[in-house]
Amino acid sequence: MRLSDLGRGDRGVVRGIDTHGHADAAELGHEELERRLLEIGFVEGAHFQVLQEGLIGRDPMALKLDDMRVALRRREAGAILVDVTAEAAAEASP
Amino acid sequence: MSEAARPIRIALVGNPNTGKTSLFNALTGARQKVANYPGVTVERKEGAAVTPAGRPVRILDLPGTYSLRARSPDEVVTRDVVLGRLNGEAAPEILVCVADATNLRLVLRLALELKQVGRPLVLALNMFDIAERQGIRIDLEGLSRALGIPIVTTVAVRKRGLDTLLAQVDALAGQAQGAAAQPLAWREPSATELRQAHRDAERILRDHVKPPLRPDTWTGRMDGLLLHPVAGTIILFAILFLMFQAVFTWATPAMDLIDAGFTALGDLVKETLPEGLLQSFLADGVIAGVGSVLVFLPQILILFFFIIFLEDFGYMARAAFLMDRMMGVAGLHGRAFIPLLSSFACAIPGIMSARVIDNKRDRLTTILVAPLTTCSARIPVYTLVIAAFIPDRTVWGFASLQGLVMFGLYAVGISSALIVAFVIRRLIWRSASDPFLIELPSYKLPDLKNVLRGVLTRGQIFLTRAGTTIFAMMVLIWVLATFPAPPPGAVGPAIDYSFAGMIGHAMLPVLAPIGFSWEMAVALVPGMAAREVAVGALGTVYSIAGENEAGLVATLAAKWSMASALAFLAWYVFAPQCLSTLAVVKRETNGWFWPFVMFAYMTALAYVAAFATFRIAQAVFG
Ligand SMILES: Nc1nc2c(ncn2[C@@H]2O[C@H](COP(=O)(O)OP(=O)(O)OP(=O)(O)O)[C@@H](O)[C@H]2O)c(=O)[nH]1
Ligand SMILES: [Mg+2]
Repeated sequence: MRLSDLGRGDRGVVRGIDTHGHADAAELGHEELERRLLEIGFVEGAHFQVLQEGLIGRDPMALKLDDMRVALRRREAGAILVDVTAEAAAEASP
Repeated sequence: MSEAARPIRIALVGNPNTGKTSLFNALTGARQKVANYPGVTVERKEGAAVTPAGRPVRILDLPGTYSLRARSPDEVVTRDVVLGRLNGEAAPEILVCVADATNLRLVLRLALELKQVGRPLVLALNMFDIAERQGIRIDLEGLSRALGIPIVTTVAVRKRGLDTLLAQVDALAGQAQGAAAQPLAWREPSATELRQAHRDAERILRDHVKPPLRPDTWTGRMDGLLLHPVAGTIILFAILFLMFQAVFTWATPAMDLIDAGFTALGDLVKETLPEGLLQSFLADGVIAGVGSVLVFLPQILILFFFIIFLEDFGYMARAAFLMDRMMGVAGLHGRAFIPLLSSFACAIPGIMSARVIDNKRDRLTTILVAPLTTCSARIPVYTLVIAAFIPDRTVWGFASLQGLVMFGLYAVGISSALIVAFVIRRLIWRSASDPFLIELPSYKLPDLKNVLRGVLTRGQIFLTRAGTTIFAMMVLIWVLATFPAPPPGAVGPAIDYSFAGMIGHAMLPVLAPIGFSWEMAVALVPGMAAREVAVGALGTVYSIAGENEAGLVATLAAKWSMASALAFLAWYVFAPQCLSTLAVVKRETNGWFWPFVMFAYMTALAYVAAFATFRIAQAVFG
């Protein structure tokens, strides 16, 4: 499951980053995109909840990511692998 | 210089929006811009302080960053300063990692990265007041031991903890001298190393920081509304609408007062001084010229009150979120919204804040379109023409028609910025834009004192401009409009024979097709120094011609046609009437090419827009 597949209210845990086939990765390089996502906190085990989505195309997304809030475009969210099983969601709820 | 007196250099490094600049201001007494969104500081700033032991220190405030692996130009500044790569400047001797005590996860990883640089490092847990209020329990000693660096707690906005921080500098001074001789040992972490560092930081956090007892639920609830796709968008437009209505309606009483004051002053000068050059210089040049610009002070103050309030509240990043998709359609990066919004104040900080955009083409596009958003220097021009030509009526029962037209002009500005960006990014420079990743800061109730101080600072800047650039231009215009005196026996107004008259008439063939009179042409040239000067120039020119008895608004209403007035407005929406903007573009792009491109495209747009407006308005209004 990828973060880009989720909608408002969904919660879960970040499981990894997979930049293969990602449009931005072609321009930036896979490692670069991965490092940027890591540096802002999309690291394995991070808890998140989708707070809001934009008006057009439900883009961008606002997330609660551990203790902070971040906004990103759905395109970037496509590189983030997530786990939204019941256990993961329970782990991510406050 | 003796060893003890040589100042130690300290750099403030940290994630964006953690309070580095607030700390810098508190330590050095500086007044650098502070606001509640990431990416406020984009330059290196230096200031001085003295430690409790009497040691002088130089403090460097730097742009915020998540890592030393700089991606955007602002982060490059931070990396280069910390690593001593900035044109021959040695690396700072001590690093202070400034952290938001309520949001430690990412900054702990940065602290681990900074430790590798090999300079003495202090962790300043800033915003400690908020951490205490939320009941976050931080085991300071344990955290310090786990990280292997000293920790101090600070509240930058209340000037708390500054002495402890500086005392820590004293304690590290000896070590700093030893370390300064060592080469710096930083290298880019790989993704694997980043993950490892994250795990280390996570473990340290778990061991020494307990989650808040009273978490901030306010931000979440506010975001439920302000980021809501429908409600949030409506609120964004309502705020902008209210802002421009306020600029127009709230300011009127104060403006009338100032206007009356200058009129009285002008009359006084005319009564007391004998007719002649001195009287004309004071009444027509200084009072009619500078005075007609100063009238707009209340509007400028109101606009800045709104902007600073929203910035401190934490709304800017939300506005960027809501507008991201629209920016995306125009081919702009989501972060471009903050530079564009800052350009409402002035294009210069707007253009500089484009440094937070990593991709070069995204950044250049943002720079090129930033001057199309309506800066505060256009307010006087817009207000003057609107007051003269748009009836002061209330529409829909609550909105002032004049305010509505003003709002419309702002909307035209922002839409044309988006359209030009679209043309550049979708038709000329087609490429994917960079990831949009932005941290949304917690809301903070703005400190009214801070907001007022910010507003007053802007007022001061405006007054200083009026006293220097604008005054100088007025003197110039007065001289040009007064000399040479008409030859004996000349017919018609004296001003027709002056340099200003000659210049205006010389430009007329080019500007007549867009409906400009020679007086308007004269106003454009000095208007390059600062847009407001155009208003002052009109004041002076009509005053010298003896046609400015009832005030500039009445004069324009009588002398200009509706079509010309609208064409003048259209010109000012687009024209690059500001040399300082072009100079900043040159600095930010390292060359004359881009300022030239900007000048050319904006002038062309202005001419076409004014031409079209004039012709259409002529057809409509006759
Ligand atoms: N309550 C509280 N607010 C603070 C404190 N320090 C800073 N702030 C607020 O935090 C916000 C960010 O402050 P800045 O000083 O602009 O942060 P910065 O680290 O320089 O930000 P960038 O330049 O964007 O990296 C502002 O709204 C400040 O008023 C503090 O100690 N306590
Ligand atoms: Mg700053």
